[in-house]
Amino acid sequence: MKLDRRGFIGAGVATAATLSAPMVLAGGHKPNVVVIGGGAGGATAARYIAKDSEGAINVTLIEPTRTYYTCFFSNLYIGGFRDFASIGHTYGTLAAEYDINVVHDWAIGVDRDAKTVTLAGGAMVPYDALIISPGIDFVEGAVPGWSVETQNAMPHAYKAGSQTQLLKAQIESMPQGGTFAMVAPPNPFRCPPGPYERVSMVASLLQGSNPTAKILIVDPKEKFSKQSLFEEAWSKHYSGMIERVGPDFGGANVEVRPDAMEVVIDGEVEKVDVCNVIPAQKAGLIAEIAGVTEGNWAPVTAQEMRSKIDENIYVLGDASQQGDMPKSGFSANSQAKVCAMAVRAALTGSAAFPARFSNTCWSLLAADDGVKVGAQYEATPEKIARTSGFISNTGEDDALRAQTYQESVGWYEGITTDMFG
Amino acid sequence: MHIGIKGLAAVSIAFWALPATAEQNIEAGAEAFRKCSACHMVGEDAANRSGPVLNGILGRPLAARQDYPYYSDAMQRAAAGGLVWDIEHLELFIENPKSLISGTTMMFGGISDPEERGHLIAFLGQFSDGMADIPEVLPARDPVVSPEILAIEGDPAYGEYLSGECVICHQLDGSNDGIPAIVGWLPEDFVIALHAYKSGYRTNEVMVMTAQGLSDEEIAALAAYFETLGETFE
Ligand SMILES: Cc1cc2nc3c(=O)[nH]c(=O)nc-3n(C[C@H](O)[C@H](O)[C@H](O)COP(=O)(O)OP(=O)(O)OC[C@H]3O[C@@H](n4cnc5c(N)ncnc54)[C@H](O)[C@@H]3O)c2cc1C
Repeated sequence: MKLDRRGFIGAGVATAATLSAPMVLAGGHKPNVVVIGGGAGGATAARYIAKDSEGAINVTLIEPTRTYYTCFFSNLYIGGFRDFASIGHTYGTLAAEYDINVVHDWAIGVDRDAKTVTLAGGAMVPYDALIISPGIDFVEGAVPGWSVETQNAMPHAYKAGSQTQLLKAQIESMPQGGTFAMVAPPNPFRCPPGPYERVSMVASLLQGSNPTAKILIVDPKEKFSKQSLFEEAWSKHYSGMIERVGPDFGGANVEVRPDAMEVVIDGEVEKVDVCNVIPAQKAGLIAEIAGVTEGNWAPVTAQEMRSKIDENIYVLGDASQQGDMPKSGFSANSQAKVCAMAVRAALTGSAAFPARFSNTCWSLLAADDGVKVGAQYEATPEKIARTSGFISNTGEDDALRAQTYQESVGWYEGITTDMFG
Repeated sequence: MHIGIKGLAAVSIAFWALPATAEQNIEAGAEAFRKCSACHMVGEDAANRSGPVLNGILGRPLAARQDYPYYSDAMQRAAAGGLVWDIEHLELFIENPKSLISGTTMMFGGISDPEERGHLIAFLGQFSDGMADIPEVLPARDPVVSPEILAIEGDPAYGEYLSGECVICHQLDGSNDGIPAIVGWLPEDFVIALHAYKSGYRTNEVMVMTAQGLSDEEIAALAAYFETLGETFE
């Protein structure tokens, strides 16, 4: 069955290669691939295309920040299990060893007819294939009272970097017995267990320095990822500290007042000391500017991560609407490899193999208490569809949980090496 | 023959209660144990040598002897994953240690004759509780990897693409922290390890899921690719 699928896909790719070959020959130039966004999706895609095409493709990576701080493990930084420098990564190896043209700038426009990307600095970068992996932006007005202008009073810390440092500093200076509130996002959003891992890490931090502090989660969702595992851990490690207000009690009807540090839940005003607002999300703005979004996300084919709106554009990671995969770094990395292969095949006629996708998300609940959830996926004509999966069990023994945490540390080293070389 | 191991007296009541075939099995197992005795002791005065004492092995979790300090990382990982030396896993390990524990430091080529493995387990069973549960003839099972599967020639180019799924966790420089190294293996060991996950003898959920998503050809392709990556050593 697998072999049939492979044969079929091989045939499809041959067509794509034939179509693109004349362009490459007629132009007489080396094909140009431009990647917008040097995160989990973009850095991986750029690296794999450069590595595997062995100089046959020019790769340009556009990324404004010189140091990319991973969102993954940023909660562990908040909890005090990682230092900040350990989650920062630079692009030196991608430039020096993989010959990727790394441009530290913002992409501000995409001309799909001329096939060029405009940078904030004014440059125009031509492409034969464009890969967009800009992560997320926030839906305006999603949480009444909150906007990116007020993000320093009530940080989201959902793009890692100074926001993450700010949130940790605010938690550390909370008064004894104070309240940390989190406004959790509605589905779909980046990293489904992320807010709840964060709560665990905040609790772990407070338990040491501020044991009478309270944590209040205001959540518009009925249910959340790994819920039974989180809830078990919260009562085991942080008994009495964490309260969650779900939609039945007004969790979906929330407003914030950053000036007064107030959260209004279903009309009731709560005074809080720190407020972490994680608003509803959408594809990073540049995807919208490029015109490849429908609603909040950018629809793509499952087989190649190719935009359903423009065949010269591919969208990866959080910004894409692909089907069943959660928006995670692992997913973005997995999608990037499929996309890199498809792009190379289209531009140079190299071999293409069936798309394969997988994801595992580890979460840390407390010191040496790690859990994981994972699944595998296949490309169907409609979407990336889940085929199988697993989740850690409640009641697992300490040795297994400690090992699961160690595994996540190994994974972190693995994925960051896979992204940045 | 007489079994030259002290401590038999303690279990002699049970021993005499056994049917004749069981007794023969144990005797044959004592003979087979010579292959192990350079490194392992068993019985009343047994002490750890380069391998741990095997008293109580049946039914015990892996890597569980507190007084034995040399368990490999790989063995300890498998232990944390919840593996227990039940008959099934012990038998598998004796057949080919690397099918269960890829990085084991037990340098042993394995016992390919299923009958001999049964005898050895019957022998070891005397020094463990629960010997009554040891069947006279171990249930037949399919090999972890059939010769046909082992003979598949993998396509390294396909393996390189598939390896994208491995290297998100496993590092090609052979780093072994948290996630085990998988470079420098013999292709056969690679194939056997993945099939042991696929059939559920090994327990890590991520690996079981990954292996179950791979066809026999895909596993061969991965082994072929990883073989190209570096010095293969035993
Ligand atoms: C708290 C938290 C914990 C998480 N934990 C995990 C975890 O344990 N495991 C896991 O797998 N995932 C985790 N994630 C999710 C993971 O971080 C994201 O899913 C992943 O980063 C998505 O990759 P991406 O390429 O889509 O976007 P990103 O990695 O965010 O990369 C996007 C990049 O694009 C750049 N960019 C944006 N706009 C432009 C533009 N106009 N021009 C140029 N560049 C631009 C940005 O600067 C950024 O560097 C977590 C997320 C959070 C918030």
